[in-house]
Amino acid sequence: MASLGTVTAQQMHFAEPLPLKSGAALADYTLAYETYGQLTAARDNAVLVCHALNASHHAAGLDERGVVGWWDNLIGPGKPLDTERFFVIAVNNPGSCFGSTGPMHVNPATGRIWGADFPVVTVEDWVDAQARLVERLGIAQLAAVVGGSLGGMQALSWTLRHPHRVRHCIAVATAPNLSAQNIAFNEVARRAIITDPDFHGGHFYEHGTLPRRGLRVARMIGHITYLSDDAMEQKFGRALREAELGYSTQQIEFQIESYLRHQGEKFSEYFDANTYLLITRALDYFDPAREHGGDLSRAFAVARDNRFLLVSFTTDWRFAPSRSREIVKALVDNGIPTSYAEIDAPHGHDAFLLDDARYHGVMRAYFERVALERSGAGHV
Amino acid sequence: MSDRSDLQVIADLVPEGSRVLDLGCGSGELLAHLQRHKGCSGYGVEIDDANVQACIQRGVQVIQLNLEDGLALFDDASFDVVLQLDTLQHLRNTERMLRETARVGRIGIVSFPNFAHWPNRLRVASGRMPVTKALPYQWYNTPNIRVGTFADFEILAGKTGLTVTDSFGLRDGRVVRRWPNLRASVAVFRFERR
Repeated sequence: MASLGTVTAQQMHFAEPLPLKSGAALADYTLAYETYGQLTAARDNAVLVCHALNASHHAAGLDERGVVGWWDNLIGPGKPLDTERFFVIAVNNPGSCFGSTGPMHVNPATGRIWGADFPVVTVEDWVDAQARLVERLGIAQLAAVVGGSLGGMQALSWTLRHPHRVRHCIAVATAPNLSAQNIAFNEVARRAIITDPDFHGGHFYEHGTLPRRGLRVARMIGHITYLSDDAMEQKFGRALREAELGYSTQQIEFQIESYLRHQGEKFSEYFDANTYLLITRALDYFDPAREHGGDLSRAFAVARDNRFLLVSFTTDWRFAPSRSREIVKALVDNGIPTSYAEIDAPHGHDAFLLDDARYHGVMRAYFERVALERSGAGHV
Repeated sequence: MSDRSDLQVIADLVPEGSRVLDLGCGSGELLAHLQRHKGCSGYGVEIDDANVQACIQRGVQVIQLNLEDGLALFDDASFDVVLQLDTLQHLRNTERMLRETARVGRIGIVSFPNFAHWPNRLRVASGRMPVTKALPYQWYNTPNIRVGTFADFEILAGKTGLTVTDSFGLRDGRVVRRWPNLRASVAVFRFERR
């Protein structure tokens, strides 16, 4: 299928402070973003794409280095999120390490690199920052907001914080909050980073070091949770790297070890340790029901005018279908128009990034409805 | 409900502006009709991937669930009408599903192929299983895990604590009110919780 070709990242600077959920504020910040497709004269075809843990604003097409966007199989001309119909905005969140203001940048108040002093950001803070970008682009109301995993949480949060500035919410492989097990995995990852001697309390930039070992282990842990047991079994099984067993406790014996180490190695070369801590914390904190006495249905009462598509994958044990069903129940309790697809895919949590015919069929059908509604064909 | 006139008869049973839950909604044809012509809203429940996609395509809200797992997603009396059309014969726990239907909706409407329709009786009397428009499968490849009759359902409804407020048969898109157990290929029941 056709690609967008080379896309160019843009930046938008915001001089007005962003108040954060913690009570702190980001005095002034820059957001990196990409756009694909054309905004209509009526400015009614904009779709915002929210990224997950380790992704960026480069969602589709090729960047100047030739790297393919992380959701390129979904976004582009003729693809399920069709850039010939929609104006797609993909934004990098504050706290990230891919261009938006983050812990690798200089704190204007101190002249030092933010490092561990970068304020704790939440899903809600990101959504507020995104809303400002959308406003600055002259879009009063998004046709849709879409995201997977942590991106799905942002999509949901849009309908809670700015319900009248978005029509449709498409949340894939996500959850209404993290389980104790989810938080536990995050905490192991954080401890791996924080206890790396090269971490220096998060101010490693000043020491000219990088906590690579911690990041590697963090990524290895994370990666296990993205794959299903079956997918791992099928891909690696008990396959050995060498023909014979080496009887070593420290050398790689099994292919799965080699794979995880490789993933960790790659990740540690481009990802920032403080960003990893910030983003896993944002995941931990997300819990829209909390402000409503734990009642998710009450939380979604403000989203009465929105329409939702939820998608989950049967083998996703990180954010299992039962977690999506909790969201569906809260929406149904409010009588909110909602569709829910439970895709029988073998790939685990990672499935939301992969090209599966049933998954993409549902996404395509839903975006077609969004487009039809926009052009006035309206409800059936 | 493949037959269009059958669909119209069922649609006529649903009051204007109802909140509807359609269990086993297929490609969403009836819900789309109810939304367009009767100002209804609501959801379909469907297990099949292709049907889920078809529903989304026509703008019908659909929730992909296995009905065998129950209706925990839906609160008591949260719908005006719960439809269970041509679905009952595919479910293992018919009795529980009927109770759930009555719990979730103010009114339940059920339809299923009537095995006591006279051509079926003749066919069985001749020693063979019937293959008809309402029961279009061979005995060895049918997705129906059970067959039942109009008269059987009346007994089950009573046993399940349902009050039948209307019942009739359908044959070739026409309502059959006289001897439906003998003369109708499809049985239709409208009921409420007692």
